[in-house]
Amino acid sequence: MLIDTVLFYIFALLVLGGGLLTITRRNAVHSAISLIVSLLGVAGLYLLQQAEFLFAVQIVLYVGGIMVLFLFVIMLVNLDEAAKERQFNRQWLVALVAVAAVGAQLAWFIYKGKDAFHFAENAAAALPEAVGNTEQVADSLFREYLLPFEIASVLLLVAVVGSVVMAKKRI
Amino acid sequence: MHPIGTVHYLALSTALLLIGTVGVLTRRNIVIILMSIELILNAVNINLIVFSRALHSVSGQVFAIFVITDAVAEAAVGLGILIALFRNKETVLADEIDLLKW
Repeated sequence: MLIDTVLFYIFALLVLGGGLLTITRRNAVHSAISLIVSLLGVAGLYLLQQAEFLFAVQIVLYVGGIMVLFLFVIMLVNLDEAAKERQFNRQWLVALVAVAAVGAQLAWFIYKGKDAFHFAENAAAALPEAVGNTEQVADSLFREYLLPFEIASVLLLVAVVGSVVMAKKRI
Repeated sequence: MHPIGTVHYLALSTALLLIGTVGVLTRRNIVIILMSIELILNAVNINLIVFSRALHSVSGQVFAIFVITDAVAEAAVGLGILIALFRNKETVLADEIDLLKW
């Protein structure tokens, strides 16, 4: 139990520290590296929550796929000019106030409802998992959610065609 | 000292969501705005995974996979748009792209 607590705080530190660095760095490459740290922290949280399949998906797809895409685009687009300019827009104060208001609401909801979230947490230890996590996810994905799965594949096809069209010089 | 429960994870994902929102609303660089959107989607995913464990239902993890799929599609199209914009306008700052403003 203690090691869970320690690991949770380590991963939480990685997630929040990486996120804060992502939105404050001037150099976009530094932002991308911080985002990778944050995403790895999220992957660790998945592992703590016994979602092993998503842990692997997070590392392979996010860190290995999306972040490489980001770094490629940072390489293709000349960001040196942008790094010399102002980094925050003129509405930053209004944005911070609005986000603080939303944050206060969410914090209040979580604080008031914190006792309601203890449902079934004790039962978790009582039920030993007969089959592995990947098998459970696959069963659910290919039985209950087969149609959304196929629609997601169409979405990916649309995204591929769209990004190719966007990146073409002449259409 | 309390053991780590659902509430701790919810507080963490709320904080991550707010960090991502601040990034989207205040940064000028479009690449970093797209990265902030990834932070927001990850905050949602943490919630889905935590409730999936608390409710003993694997559906939350399946939905997290769909959210990741959406994030991939959004990043690919968004970065494609960014390259097209940079080719035409020579800028990556969001408030300098004001073709529809007058």
